[in-house]
Amino acid sequence: MVEGIQSPAQVTYWLMTGRSLFVVLNLLGLACFFYIVSKRMTPLIRGERDWRFDRPLVRLERVLQFWLGQWKHPRYRTAGIMHILFFAGFIILATQAFSLLILGIAGNFVLPGSSGEIGHIYDIVKDYAATIVFLCMIVAAVRRIVFKPARYAVPARYGKGHPVDAIFLLALIALLMASESLFEASKAAFQTQQGQPVEFLAALSLPWMLKNVLISTPLPTLQTLHLGAYFVDVLTFYFLLCYRPFGIQFHVETSLFNVYFAKLDRGTVKPVRWGVTDEHLDQVKSFGVKTFEDFTWKHMLDFYSCADCGRCSEQCPANAVGRPLSPRFITIKARDYSFQHYPMFGSAGNGTPLIGGIYSEDEIWSCTTCGACEEECPLLIQYIDKIVDLRRGMVDDGNVPQSLQKPLKALESRGNPYGKMEKKRAEWTKSKEFSQTCAVKTVDGKSNADTLYFVDSITSYDDRMQSIGRATARILDAAGVNFGILGAAEKDSGHDARRFGEETLFMALRDHNVDAIKASGVQHIVTSDPHAYNALKHDYKDVPPVEHISQVICREVKSGNLKLDPVENADSVYAYHDPCYLGRHNQVYDDPRDVLDAIPGLKRVEMDRCRDRSFCCGGGGLMLFYEPKEDQRMGVKRVQMAAEAGANVIVTACPFCMVNIEDAIKVAGLEGKMTAIDLAELVDKQLVRPAPAQLGHDKLTSDVLA
Amino acid sequence: MARIFAYIVHKGGIADDSAAELAAAAKKIDAAASPVAVVTGWGAELDAVCETLRGSYAEVWKIANQALVYPNAELVRKALLNVLPHDGIVLVSHAHFGIDLSPGLAIKMNSAFVSDVLGIEGAEGANLKLVRQEFGGQVSAHVRCDASSGAVLNLRPGAFNPQEGAPINGVIVDKSAEVGALTAGRRYLETVVAEAGDVDITKHAVLVSVGRGIQEKDNIAIAEELADALGAAVSCSRPVVDAKWLPKSRQVGSSGKTVKPKIYMACGISGSFQHLAGLKGSPFIVAINKNPKAPIFQVADVGIVADILEFLPELTSKIRETKQVSA
Amino acid sequence: MEILVCVRRVPDTSENEIQLNPAGNDIERDDLVYSINEPDNYAVEEALQMVAKAGGSVTVVTVGGDDDEEVLRREMAMGANRGVLLSDEAFDGSDGKGIATVLKAFVQKGHYDLILTGVQAEDGGAQVGGMLAAMLDYPFASLVNSIVVDGGKLKVSREIEGGNKEMNEIDLPCVLSIQTGINEPRYVGMRGIRQVASVEVPTFGASDLGVDASAVGDAGAKVKRMDYFMPALGKGAEMLQGDRGEVIAKLIELMKAKGGLN
Repeated sequence: MVEGIQSPAQVTYWLMTGRSLFVVLNLLGLACFFYIVSKRMTPLIRGERDWRFDRPLVRLERVLQFWLGQWKHPRYRTAGIMHILFFAGFIILATQAFSLLILGIAGNFVLPGSSGEIGHIYDIVKDYAATIVFLCMIVAAVRRIVFKPARYAVPARYGKGHPVDAIFLLALIALLMASESLFEASKAAFQTQQGQPVEFLAALSLPWMLKNVLISTPLPTLQTLHLGAYFVDVLTFYFLLCYRPFGIQFHVETSLFNVYFAKLDRGTVKPVRWGVTDEHLDQVKSFGVKTFEDFTWKHMLDFYSCADCGRCSEQCPANAVGRPLSPRFITIKARDYSFQHYPMFGSAGNGTPLIGGIYSEDEIWSCTTCGACEEECPLLIQYIDKIVDLRRGMVDDGNVPQSLQKPLKALESRGNPYGKMEKKRAEWTKSKEFSQTCAVKTVDGKSNADTLYFVDSITSYDDRMQSIGRATARILDAAGVNFGILGAAEKDSGHDARRFGEETLFMALRDHNVDAIKASGVQHIVTSDPHAYNALKHDYKDVPPVEHISQVICREVKSGNLKLDPVENADSVYAYHDPCYLGRHNQVYDDPRDVLDAIPGLKRVEMDRCRDRSFCCGGGGLMLFYEPKEDQRMGVKRVQMAAEAGANVIVTACPFCMVNIEDAIKVAGLEGKMTAIDLAELVDKQLVRPAPAQLGHDKLTSDVLA
Repeated sequence: MARIFAYIVHKGGIADDSAAELAAAAKKIDAAASPVAVVTGWGAELDAVCETLRGSYAEVWKIANQALVYPNAELVRKALLNVLPHDGIVLVSHAHFGIDLSPGLAIKMNSAFVSDVLGIEGAEGANLKLVRQEFGGQVSAHVRCDASSGAVLNLRPGAFNPQEGAPINGVIVDKSAEVGALTAGRRYLETVVAEAGDVDITKHAVLVSVGRGIQEKDNIAIAEELADALGAAVSCSRPVVDAKWLPKSRQVGSSGKTVKPKIYMACGISGSFQHLAGLKGSPFIVAINKNPKAPIFQVADVGIVADILEFLPELTSKIRETKQVSA
Repeated sequence: MEILVCVRRVPDTSENEIQLNPAGNDIERDDLVYSINEPDNYAVEEALQMVAKAGGSVTVVTVGGDDDEEVLRREMAMGANRGVLLSDEAFDGSDGKGIATVLKAFVQKGHYDLILTGVQAEDGGAQVGGMLAAMLDYPFASLVNSIVVDGGKLKVSREIEGGNKEMNEIDLPCVLSIQTGINEPRYVGMRGIRQVASVEVPTFGASDLGVDASAVGDAGAKVKRMDYFMPALGKGAEMLQGDRGEVIAKLIELMKAKGGLN
């Protein structure tokens, strides 16, 4: 009688039966893996706490969207589609992998429920999956070797890259697919030759092709190939399993957890220490992250989960202008640090300072907190919280650049970074022309208003930006909003003091403002400053809901309450620049655009990098005082992008963007060819104002302001 | 009235400009006074200085001692304590040497000390009525000094206008023998000369000078453009050097360089006296500053209240146009 | 090395507009922001750096009243080990010599290897350091912009004209007045200040120090400020008014006349 092909479990190898051998191999492989993972867990156990166990349903939904659904991947089309393909492949092949391993122990193992129709469909699908994964590996390797996408390159100052390692891993996965396919193919060829029922192989799949190649191969050879392929498969599987935690491939295991535990609240900054309320912060001995162990366990998990794809750094505006910051290397350097200091054998080290070690001060101060990196990362790795924590550590140690010490001190003593006197905060309302047409009241308990216009420091004190304040006030007036300002009682929102690591100063400013806001009795807050908007929305608790002026205008225009005149200059082409703290952090993209589109005759173009890919203007708040080492200004790159898009007017909705962009227009030599205007200024200019008689009240609304 | 002594600083055999200013100041204390110039040093250079001073001071006390070849204030103080009467009025220029010498000298002489005097309104008996400034020059103050047991006054350079007078034939009195042993707990080692920068601002006839008002390092390019259009050089005040936006070699002031340009454009410079102390020779001063109350407008010839970041580029392009037209 | 730094609380000139009060006898102090005299802050930072290298401690001292304690605390938040307030009604109205007299009495109650002051304060006096040294018979150097410890002596450089540096060797104990720019002072945040808010700051009066009241304060002052006044605006500059184009045209004309446009 003709024997069927022997399964690996049945064969005897030297002294052991296949079954025993593979039991041992599996146990060894798993033991090795668990040992490695436990060593990788060590720093996480030493790390700071991080509250990530709330809102499980929301988290699960995000796992479905970002992990299973690979939501962010297509933002980089080629690599994204490839990754989706082989990720799907891995998911599909997971069951197959499991069955294969068991096969070595229980020879005719068949997964329960897989013998019927479902099993049949699965067999087809899995064959194609293996083929697609195999092909993807080849394409990926060719891409790396021949096309060398820029974002994979490792600049010299960050050390050596691991290009060979990357290719090696791609090759191993390809090998896994090949060995699996060979295992099937050899069996199928054997069975075909013997006239036995053949396990179905999907047409044109890799196992199918291999079967056809082997169709005439002698049976003993097929048997050897069959067993050999299995060995290679098991060994490769366990090698990969144990090797992945040593490099970027660890994301295969950690990505699910990294996405599940990812940050849910946009625009917020983590507290100094989870679970410690503001009142008890005095008891915290050291603020911020100074050593690796000061990171929370989740941030450490982020370091493990990085796939080194470079998307974050490619989007990072600081990186683009030559500042010493590359988000990718914030992560990779920390990961390498943890691998070095928490080795597989030997004692774990701890406590060496990060600043001056793996990170430089300038690297950490260079970040504008624009969030482009976080928006891009397919693994939802966070950067801003880490940068803020590192800054908190430096502030705690007194290690702050001299250029930032002055505005911080001014914030402390005068409530604004310019050091100007508190009593002059509302002077912008008193300019002669303006005050005649628009009376701005101060909500000081005597005059009531239901809406607060939170002006914040730059709009209050900067000669140029005061015009945004006046425009906003006139718009609110025209819309019939009963609004007031806090005047001298308003202090800086503290938004950027917080993000520059001065948490205590931020809390003092915030508490002062919250008291003033509550005392004013307002029900709504409006601001023309996206940093203030973000602070009031996310950093402040117990304050009335806040809107940005662009949202108010949009609503009033759509309802017909505000009407806009057509543009005068037919040659003007407008491009809207999304401010980071209005757009990316708070996802207000459409309201400003709808407002612009509501202006009759306005020609608008989009820059390539728009919406959540908007390119930061250079940063606001305290960033205006910092002196970075850079090759070029971010603002200059941005105005060049606007010019490339065919625009000659840049519209923005943030006073800090305005500072940077107007400055950049001069530096880029585009004066006379490009202008910038704030959305509020533009709307104010285009507002249709009824003649006084029609309105029937005594306030002058004629357009005195040409 | 007590005798008035003027301590004269010198270098390379040349008396400092303050010599004439101290003489003028002495006259304000007592119109009839004949101040004594006091000079320390050694060798031919000291002799040359004494000879020069003879032409404007009736008496010149020469204190020659090898230990004083370099003016170490600690040693000079000891010498003066042995030579000068302790109840006299001693005038010293308020510069780096005077700051070093005078406070300690006043204590040892048991005299009163007033620093950085920029005006003398007269004397009422032993009380001197003086004028000083405080808060970086934002306010002035009248100060009364009880000089009954002597006084040491540091006078602001440039505050007292030298009076042209006929040269006199003064006498040199050698007081070297009264000095005694000269040792001190501080010893002069050497002078490290500032690195010559790429540009020597002392050699330019027109200077575009920037102060805090330039706001950022990157904006200095605006000043460079103007300097380029004018064929001038860019200089600055101390805050710009402290912030490391320009090298020390570009600093005009008492701790920087002394310049004698024809035209000096003070852009965003408030006009502290330490800065102005570096300007000699009555240049035509153009001041551009956002703050209409900036002290610079007191000393400038022409003033413009404007934001230099806006004004300078416009000025530059207009100047370029003008040059093209005339070319 | 035991270092004493004499500090002073002054109105912050960069954040204040100094004006005369309605009575005309002082400046308007209501809206003023006070902080540590900038050169003093550099001196404390220098002391902290020296002690970090050579061991020892830093004491900060000021002559004043309760309000002045805040600068002591700020410097303690920066790292100074001890803050001391010298306060007594008898000290009010002191001139520079009076302040130096009080400080001298305090110095002699302890043992300090090095005494630092800032080069000058808001009144531009630039005198207390030199006076203190003379009273103590310690060597003195002013306008110091670098300090190197060399055995039992210091090598200090002084800032002189032209950006040049005068290098000196000075024996300990000595007094140095420190110029701004000697280092980059570390940042002191609100948190640091809060942490030292309850540390004790000992206060000493005239009798604790053994100071003769007639030698200090208004009683002992030979130099007294009589008033403040706004300087009479002299002729000053010819201010160019008008629209930008006119102003620039006029300016160019004037500069041409002076030979500036060749």
